[in-house]
Amino acid sequence: MTAADIDQQPLNAGLLAGDERRQRAAMFGLSLPAMLLVALVLLVPFSWLAWLSLFDASGALSSENYARLLRPAYVNSFLSTLQVSAAVTAICILLGYPVAYLLSQLPQRVAQVLLVFIILPFWTSVLVRTYAWLVLLQREGVINTWLKQLGLISESLPLVNNLTGTIIGMVHVMLPFLILPLYASMRAIDPVYLRAAANCGASPAQSFRQVFLPLSARGLGAGAALTFVLCLGFYLTPALLGGGRVAMWSTQIADAVSKFANWGAASALSVALLVVTGIILWAMKLAVRRLGSSLGEG
Amino acid sequence: MISGAVSIRNVAKAFGAFKALDDVSLDIEPGEFLTLLGPSGSGKTTLLNVIAGFERPDAGSLLVDGVEFITRPPHKRDLGMVFQNYALFPHMDVFNNVAYPLKLRRVGNSAIRERVKQALDVVQMAHLSARRVTELSGGQKQRVALARAIVFEPKLLLMDEPLSALDKNLREHMQIELKRLHDRLGMTTVYVTHDQQEALTMSDRVAVLKSGRIVQLDTPKTIYDRPNCRFVASFMGETRMLPVKKSGSGYEFAGRQLKLAQPPSAGAEQWLVVRPERLGWHGHDERDNRIEGLVVDVVYRGDSHSISLKLPGDHEISIRHTPVQDHPLPEAGQTLTLWLTPQASVLVEEAGS
Repeated sequence: MTAADIDQQPLNAGLLAGDERRQRAAMFGLSLPAMLLVALVLLVPFSWLAWLSLFDASGALSSENYARLLRPAYVNSFLSTLQVSAAVTAICILLGYPVAYLLSQLPQRVAQVLLVFIILPFWTSVLVRTYAWLVLLQREGVINTWLKQLGLISESLPLVNNLTGTIIGMVHVMLPFLILPLYASMRAIDPVYLRAAANCGASPAQSFRQVFLPLSARGLGAGAALTFVLCLGFYLTPALLGGGRVAMWSTQIADAVSKFANWGAASALSVALLVVTGIILWAMKLAVRRLGSSLGEG
Repeated sequence: MISGAVSIRNVAKAFGAFKALDDVSLDIEPGEFLTLLGPSGSGKTTLLNVIAGFERPDAGSLLVDGVEFITRPPHKRDLGMVFQNYALFPHMDVFNNVAYPLKLRRVGNSAIRERVKQALDVVQMAHLSARRVTELSGGQKQRVALARAIVFEPKLLLMDEPLSALDKNLREHMQIELKRLHDRLGMTTVYVTHDQQEALTMSDRVAVLKSGRIVQLDTPKTIYDRPNCRFVASFMGETRMLPVKKSGSGYEFAGRQLKLAQPPSAGAEQWLVVRPERLGWHGHDERDNRIEGLVVDVVYRGDSHSISLKLPGDHEISIRHTPVQDHPLPEAGQTLTLWLTPQASVLVEEAGS
């Protein structure tokens, strides 16, 4: 037997396979710190939260925390959270879509200047902005005073410490989250599609509805999902502008901890919020895909 | 018979100080295949966009079948257009893209199905009618874009460099196909390209544009054989311009009086248009014009040899030597004598007449 008979392997096959393994290991090594960080700050706390939710106030293992979620008070607060979030998202779409559209049609340089006005509130604390709304909206606040001076109303309108105030404040905070992804997706729409639509015989309104709108559906879906999900867990603004009258899920979580010191109950509420958020995101993704294709066939 | 006569009168368009269109007038016959040919920035796309209604000119008139179109919005012009990158709607499948112009014209559903199928049949795409446009190759997108442009039987078909994104083989194939399609459908076609080969292959007439002006408007053969200025001559084929000197009533090149079939214009500065395929290996001093050059190198190319020849005045030209040539293959460093017949000897001036 010669050496060639023993070594039936193709040339350098073992060496090359080893080289590939080493390269993969190196890539894995590079991403390891990030994965560890995600595990440490995300998975561990969440697992701990889920673990906590399984024990009642006396420290015994029970399903009491989840059974409690079915009480009318919680169910109602859950439904009103969904309603407020949906309303805020809807108003944000109505206000934000035209703004994003305008920005996307302007020359890039002008749009960038105007974008600063949308991003600017981001640099201001939510707390400051929320207190500013309190000043504007209260009984003897700027808005009520002006409306009375103009003679449009005789009695102060109840603009704050209720649902109205909550929604106004939340819309203000949430608008950039809707506009920015939407603007980015509209910028990415090649204007040649609108020319093509016009050439096919579509009026400006038709080409907007049948071409621009479907092509921006993905960005709109992303912005709306982001806004809606952020609303679901929004605490500060509803707590301050709602005046205790708007029972958001987040206020329930805060109450469970600060008023009743019941970490188990708070954990169960949080886990429920997370699960619902996941389901809603998934459903919205499906809906956006369907919207995009159905408008295309219309 | 569908008509589609276009009459462009004194159209001007400036972007700041840059004149994209400088007083352009042009008549396009019904059923004609007219190509706007020019380098980038020559105004050819701007002119097409004026016809389509995407660009508002500063002045001028655009008559289509005698009707003034100049202020008519693009969606009311009823012109088919094939865009450079096809502009197929990505959220619609092939069928819905082609059906879109018909839906906008409120054609009934069964008629839409029939006419879309016909249009897709014309471009041999009927079998892919349910495909998403993102799944199509470049050539297939091209065909669908064409089907969308002709499905509503427009009087006028506009094409903006429709083949520029395709590879060379497919491009040459599509040139022939577009030409046949035009012969079959007979709609007036305005075609924009910067590719002279495309223009010569497909057009009934070619308008050569430079700096927002039409410098020559003629049949492909006239444009190629009788360019009216240096710009047009150098834009066609692989052309070298050799400066000639005035001598008596005629012109001389490299010390020899040129024999010309066409009397040259009066201009003092003239160039001799030299195209490799017009250079003959055999000729007579009494009858033809002698061109001498130094062989720089000889490169084997399979079907032929490519010979780089340095002409007087530091002009290099590449000619082919095929195996059937009854002339020995020259070697580098040799002086090679080639011949131009008087018919092939064309003089041009700097500016068009």
